Amino acid sequence: MSSYLVLSGGLSPERDVSLRSGRRVAEALRTKSEAEVIEADVDSSLIEILHKHRPDCVIPLLHGAAGEDGALRDVLTSLNLPFVGATGAAARLAFDKPVAKALLANAGVATPEVLALPHATFRELGAGGVLTGIREYLGLPIMVKPTSGGSALGASIVRTAEDFPSAMVGAFAYSEVAMMERYVRGTEVAVSVLDTVDGVVALPAVEIVPESGIYDYKSRYTAGTTEFFVPARLSDEVAAECARIAVLAHGVLGLRDWSRTDLIIDDSGTPWFLETNAAPGMTETSLFPQALQAAGLSLGDVTATLVERAVARG
Amino acid sequence: MQASEIRALFAVASRPEVVSLAGGMPFVQALSMEMMAATVNRLLMERGAVALQYGSGQGDVTLREQILEVMADVKVAAHPDDIVVTTGSQMALDLVTRVFCDPGDVVLVEAPSYVGALGVFRAYECEVVHVPMDDNGLVPEALTEAITALAAQGRRAKMIYTIPSFHNPAGVTQPQDRRQRILEIAKSAGILVLEDDPYGLLGFEGEPPAAIRALDDEGVIYLGSFSKTIASGLRVGWAVAPHGVREKLVLAAESAVLCPSNYSQLTISEYLATQPWREQIKSYRELYRERRDALLDSLEQLMPTGTSWTKPAGGFYSWITLPEGLDATAMLPRAVAALVAYVPGTGFYVNGEGRQNMRLSYCYPEPDRIREGVRRLAGVIEGELEIANTFGTSSVLRKSSGTNVPAPDLQ
Repeated sequence: MSSYLVLSGGLSPERDVSLRSGRRVAEALRTKSEAEVIEADVDSSLIEILHKHRPDCVIPLLHGAAGEDGALRDVLTSLNLPFVGATGAAARLAFDKPVAKALLANAGVATPEVLALPHATFRELGAGGVLTGIREYLGLPIMVKPTSGGSALGASIVRTAEDFPSAMVGAFAYSEVAMMERYVRGTEVAVSVLDTVDGVVALPAVEIVPESGIYDYKSRYTAGTTEFFVPARLSDEVAAECARIAVLAHGVLGLRDWSRTDLIIDDSGTPWFLETNAAPGMTETSLFPQALQAAGLSLGDVTATLVERAVARG
Repeated sequence: MQASEIRALFAVASRPEVVSLAGGMPFVQALSMEMMAATVNRLLMERGAVALQYGSGQGDVTLREQILEVMADVKVAAHPDDIVVTTGSQMALDLVTRVFCDPGDVVLVEAPSYVGALGVFRAYECEVVHVPMDDNGLVPEALTEAITALAAQGRRAKMIYTIPSFHNPAGVTQPQDRRQRILEIAKSAGILVLEDDPYGLLGFEGEPPAAIRALDDEGVIYLGSFSKTIASGLRVGWAVAPHGVREKLVLAAESAVLCPSNYSQLTISEYLATQPWREQIKSYRELYRERRDALLDSLEQLMPTGTSWTKPAGGFYSWITLPEGLDATAMLPRAVAALVAYVPGTGFYVNGEGRQNMRLSYCYPEPDRIREGVRRLAGVIEGELEIANTFGTSSVLRKSSGTNVPAPDLQ
């Protein structure tokens, strides 16, 4: 009997989210596949588990470092184990948000201007002067985030000059490099993308309306604190443009099987690219499963198909 | 319950790579499992049909008699009928609050206080007012001030909730004269004292401190627990309450759970009847003292200037104050990335205080791990000082929301 290994957990701050994604996908897969579905955490016993079970396919559902930065995918490649999702190289590009934004900007997609600096630059040049320059250049409000990692951890909106230093500290708590992005006000949407036999297709956009106004960690993972509209309440034209950008991002970043692109649509109807996730969340409140449902697809069927494809490509 | 970033970080803290100084799990591995297995086996073979059956809402009468013997060590004298056995003392806390407090009633608690109690008071919509502590616990003058301030508003607190011995999270202990003083203040104001004493038998020096309940059997409800002295997983605690209150607690207990687990109660009872339990508590004390020493010695050696901490004479915890300007909540992601975890101080307050504080526990990790954890933590604090120095702040203005303390099963 063939066996599939769902990888989740890890040491990132998104461990809990990842464990929930992993359990959900594993359960869905079990309903659609005869294969044995094993769940494993990423720790010092992983290599032994991989050698012992020699799974026919691995489904990495790790969020944050090691899972999305490509490292673990490179380990799977080195062990000649087929896996679902992006290669290590592509995951690395998507994981670094400023890099992904630069690639999309080069492809002609609107993305809010961003500056990215490590803590050392602030220390060496003096934070006061650097922050003033950034504030004057980008204009308030400014979105401050760690350059990598998801679930809005360490992210905050700076609305006044006084908020800026503590927002930087919050971002540096999660990452060595922080990014400061021009804030675009508008409608938040997430467009999930799936590789199918008919090519790369965008699923219906999910519109996100957090009760608190900010789609932070609490709004993401506390059921009932965010209202979702699927499909998003967009004109056909804007919806088509969002879909085009998500498919383009999937291609430009070299992603594979599945991804999710987050966009914000300003008052003029222009979608701005924020980021693409190579390992989209699969929890009960996550966006990708909602998009699948809206498209009439089941998580189990989709995962089973992607697993078959991964096995076939070896 | 809301999802919270802090809870997400505690999920990482459960990994073996992380030295968790965050949890409060007693080190039950110190019990002989062969002995426990034999105890349970004997119980089931000899009294299985009773152990597996419903029991009295007030708790097993033999166990209540044995509890008197246990409480004699903290000088509490009572009658078996004064005792209500509960599912951990947490349930006793819940029942007392349910019986005594209406929404909006004021409960005076120490600053900081046990997070599980704050959760109960919040659930019953009580207004919690923190009263300052010093190295000798709750400050009597501050208690008087708080009572006076309430009186000026025409209000009176319903209860004073206190952990006089080896405080969670502060690690401090009230001397006897202070207990007497606090009791006098409470009595003259007509306020009930709710004394929570899970760690009373786990002192490292001399005799266990006599409980406040030892001084007065009318104005004090005493909460005790076997979680720290035998096994937390059995969930057996108790309340000692005056007759009129006890009746209400039993009715409330029956409506909540019918009766506490007979199986757990009889296991504890069998253990107390057949095993040298005082020896076991002594060995727990020695184990935790060695760990306390490992923590305090390494804090002394490694903590950056400007950091201070309490020096517990028993129990599980030390309360740390970070250098000026640092925020323990904002620093937690960095600590978890450096593979060490603690509980930020804000979880032990209802009013957002405690940002500069953290609770470190030494009950679960072995001494070597404690030293390694403190070494990592010292590095994290130094890094945070550097960041704070760069930006002139370390505090994140965004108010933390959701649950900011770990679940009970974190190591």
